Amino acid sequence: MPGPQKFAGDVMRPRSAVWLALGWVGFALLPWFAGSGTQPTLAPPSPGPAGSALIDGLTNGRWWLLPAALPLILALVATALPRLHARQPAILLASGAFGLAWTAAQGFAIGLNGWAWGWLGALFGPLPLGQGGFGAGAALTALSFLFLMTNGFAGLGFMKGDRFTAGAIGLVLAAIAAFVFLPVGYVLSGAGDTGTGAFSAAALWSRLAAPDIWRLSCLTEAKACGVVWNSVFLAVMTGIATTLLGLAFALVAVRTGFRAKKLLRVLTVLPIITPPFVISLAVILLFGRNGTVTLVLADWFGIPVSRWIYGLPGVLLTQTLAFTPISFLVMIGVVQGIGPSLEEAAQTLRASRWVTFRTVTWPLMRPGVANAFLISFIESLADFGNPLILGGNFEVLSTKIYFAVVGAQNDPGRAAALGIILLCMCLGAFWVQRQWLGKKSYATVGGKGDNGIPSQLPRGIKIAAYATALPWAAFTFVLYGLILFGGFTENWGRNNSLTLRHYLAAFDLSWGPGGLIWSGRAWGSLFTTIEVAALSAPLTAAVGLLTAYLLVRQRFKGQGAFEFLTMLSFAIPGTVIGISYILAFNQPPIELTGTVTILIVCFVFRNMPVSIRAGVAAMSQIDRSLDECSLTLGAGSVQTIRRVILPLLRPAIVASLVYSFVRAITSISAVIFLVSPKYELATAYIVGRVEQGDFGLAIAYSSALIVLMSVVIALIQLLVGERRIGRRTATPVTLQEKPV
Amino acid sequence: MSIASKPAGVEFRNVSRRYGNTAAVDNVSFTIESGTLVTLLGPSGCGKTTTLRMIAGLEMASSGTILIGGKDVTRLPATDRNVTMVFQSYALFPHMSVADNVAYGLVVSGVRKRDAAAKAAEGLELVGLGGYGQRLPSELSGGQQQRVAVARALVLEPEVLLFDEPLSNLDAKLRRKMRDDIRELQQKLGLTSVYVTHDQEEALAVSDRIIVMNRSVIAQTGTPDELYRRPNSRFVADFIGGANLIDGELVGRSGGMATVALGRVTLSVPDPGLPAGGVLLAVRPNAIRLRTVSAGETGGDGIPVTVRKATYLGSHMEYGLVSEFGDLFVVDPNVATPVPAGASALATFTGDGIAAVAR
Repeated sequence: MPGPQKFAGDVMRPRSAVWLALGWVGFALLPWFAGSGTQPTLAPPSPGPAGSALIDGLTNGRWWLLPAALPLILALVATALPRLHARQPAILLASGAFGLAWTAAQGFAIGLNGWAWGWLGALFGPLPLGQGGFGAGAALTALSFLFLMTNGFAGLGFMKGDRFTAGAIGLVLAAIAAFVFLPVGYVLSGAGDTGTGAFSAAALWSRLAAPDIWRLSCLTEAKACGVVWNSVFLAVMTGIATTLLGLAFALVAVRTGFRAKKLLRVLTVLPIITPPFVISLAVILLFGRNGTVTLVLADWFGIPVSRWIYGLPGVLLTQTLAFTPISFLVMIGVVQGIGPSLEEAAQTLRASRWVTFRTVTWPLMRPGVANAFLISFIESLADFGNPLILGGNFEVLSTKIYFAVVGAQNDPGRAAALGIILLCMCLGAFWVQRQWLGKKSYATVGGKGDNGIPSQLPRGIKIAAYATALPWAAFTFVLYGLILFGGFTENWGRNNSLTLRHYLAAFDLSWGPGGLIWSGRAWGSLFTTIEVAALSAPLTAAVGLLTAYLLVRQRFKGQGAFEFLTMLSFAIPGTVIGISYILAFNQPPIELTGTVTILIVCFVFRNMPVSIRAGVAAMSQIDRSLDECSLTLGAGSVQTIRRVILPLLRPAIVASLVYSFVRAITSISAVIFLVSPKYELATAYIVGRVEQGDFGLAIAYSSALIVLMSVVIALIQLLVGERRIGRRTATPVTLQEKPV
Repeated sequence: MSIASKPAGVEFRNVSRRYGNTAAVDNVSFTIESGTLVTLLGPSGCGKTTTLRMIAGLEMASSGTILIGGKDVTRLPATDRNVTMVFQSYALFPHMSVADNVAYGLVVSGVRKRDAAAKAAEGLELVGLGGYGQRLPSELSGGQQQRVAVARALVLEPEVLLFDEPLSNLDAKLRRKMRDDIRELQQKLGLTSVYVTHDQEEALAVSDRIIVMNRSVIAQTGTPDELYRRPNSRFVADFIGGANLIDGELVGRSGGMATVALGRVTLSVPDPGLPAGGVLLAVRPNAIRLRTVSAGETGGDGIPVTVRKATYLGSHMEYGLVSEFGDLFVVDPNVATPVPAGASALATFTGDGIAAVAR
């Protein structure tokens, strides 16, 4: 065995012993099943269904829980072996793997009412009793098995014998398996559900090939086309519009002497602090039946009031408004990435400005433009809030999924099938985008010693960029102004007198006998939102940075695949996540629906890729020799992280905390499936108000959220911003790319 | 068809380039003869790159006149000047093949595609990269990219060819080879070239003339030999070749030579044209010889020193000396009988390699 093993072996015994002890605690002392509610409880062990696996297995006849003791005993033997016994890691590995496999297998195989899979019943005969979802005991035991297994791997020399790295990889993989792949797997099987819980390929095919999804009748007759074509058409249109606008904005911001560049930059912050559907509300205030523009046109020109905005035009308009800032950010990076000396070289080679733009600047920007288009394409496909509010009869995949679950249809199988189609389209676009970025990016070539000055744009291009970007920026700012102002009017368009009525309805406070009463209707959801956001943010940052550390700082086999897996949830649309969580987590062994846990878990895994990117971007800039130095000075992985990497990463940590927090507040598409009356979130509540026609309160609440988040971001910028801005301009850009 | 050259001279008349209140180039005048290679040499921030970019037309002079081939080009943009440039970053277009890169200038100035391609191939042949045309720049090594950049600039047959620190991204060995190749090409084609560098050795090696710049103005102009042997300021003496700077006293002059007293020793140096009194002696490291002294001997022709450090480098010895005039650095070709560290010795001065400059 190689030299370092000696040290690892010394420490491994106590560490393994700790996890083993925790495994025993989980198995013998803590309640194995979730309590009478669905929340894990830490109630003292007692006989009966709430007892520990040991007690329950011995006294209540759930004999299948007892084999989990076997690996625990085996691991005990291994730990008691003399130090550095050659077999020890192998035994730990085997016992951990077996324990984990058994725990999972029995959990899935035996449901609430006995065998979960029919063929098991046929094989072994019926089971007298079933079991509930995993509780604290099961969770702790499973975790203990996981770490025994990874310790075993490390002991065998994998990951250079580093237990921490092995454990971290195991933890991240297990978490992704449980909360990304398991749910997606449920979607796949759910789409083939025959209604009795059995899977049939025929059912899957008939759902996937349903005519209302794929038909092309709008081309031949006056009927609506399939929902896929609606989605694709909308996404392509949005992609083109946002890319052109984003390019115009970026050219104005980077390549012209435009004075109010700072103001343009404000645009890029807007989508971060705004719930995605707020733009829809503003558009309704302008173009809806009582909208300002609609009424003016009707009064002055006699143009009849219509509902034209509800449908493709409205959704296209709002999505373009909402996603242009994202495209703007991508394009800023692209335009800045073109080495100025390339254009100067073209000029010394006798190319005029226009020829330079046509032959050098534009070809260099083209991959970036394609990238921006794909990002907007994915965003549009996945967007839920805007089509929900403005879609009218224009159905897209994301809203259709929602209505398949919550509407009168209540057909999870159909929702799952639609989810598969949406998922495939997004993953496809995501894959194309990554391929493109990987092979076609020129930004890094010729970066050395580039002391040129960016050249001016050709006159025609400059005028076009100004003429596109500036009116659109003004339009966007007007809409935001309307949102902030709209909450103070009695009834927009009909009665424009000023009032605080909506704010009082939402955020009223009164004094009662018991002291302060939060009597406004919005307080409940606001507090839940903040609580969920505050709980999920540190978890997201922790998981994300841990993963980033593994990706940047460690080298192990399968790292590329590992990276792809972690970034995958980036491309899974929120609606698909929502439907998959419902399908996966409303039954044992992991039963979470209706809890606050499911909301937190959902946010952690949806926002994790953002956090990973922030971490990767920051960590790549810290020279590897720093941690190698720390390692040679005798510090372990954990100490190196704590004393060297974390202090250097503080800006990235703060950024990822802020963005997870803010995004947890503004997100809607996934959580609208997961909220419950007990745990209502602000965005879901607002959408509910909009569906009830209560615009005043919805707008007031939205403005309050926007203001709240502006304050949070401003405060953070004030506290830690200076250094971050000074050192790494790349970080904010990567952070703006959000999961869809 | 072959690549010819149409060399032309460059003249700067009182040219300044100001950014706000700071002048990057301040009232600079010089003339570059047609067919010569002139180097702009100086520490970073001295204005040499700005000067080069003004010749290219990438930067416009704030005042003064720039002439190329006798024509006033002060207000002409880069596109309309017959000047090409090899960039420090090479600035090869990453989305075009090597051949397309080289043909670019010809194609955009309206040469027929086939002619442009033929000439590009010829240009590549000239820099020793024939057959590399279909590759992408990213598939070439740094030295090869450099050659492509040179070929691209050459095929336009420019009046002036500019080099902006062309070797700074290459490793030391390749740098030597490339600078010889560039010089050879320049002489073969009779090009007028302006070359920017901060490496004085590189400048000495390739140039017909050197313009030394410091703090936005020209410090001295001359051939490499003139600059090395007769620096006119402390800055030039120290920047080119390195020198021991010692305080001395100018005591007399005759026939183009001046006599400078250094303690009891007197030295004869080229007349700096300075008034009698305190001057600074710039003594090249190889202008000092070291001799061991027997006890009691007080050589009248040298200054007593103590050897602080002696380093054997195969072809020569390097010494660090302590003397009453300060620390001295000496390069001595005598490796057969080196003086050991800690010994007392006598430092004598050879005639050449010493110049007097103002204090």
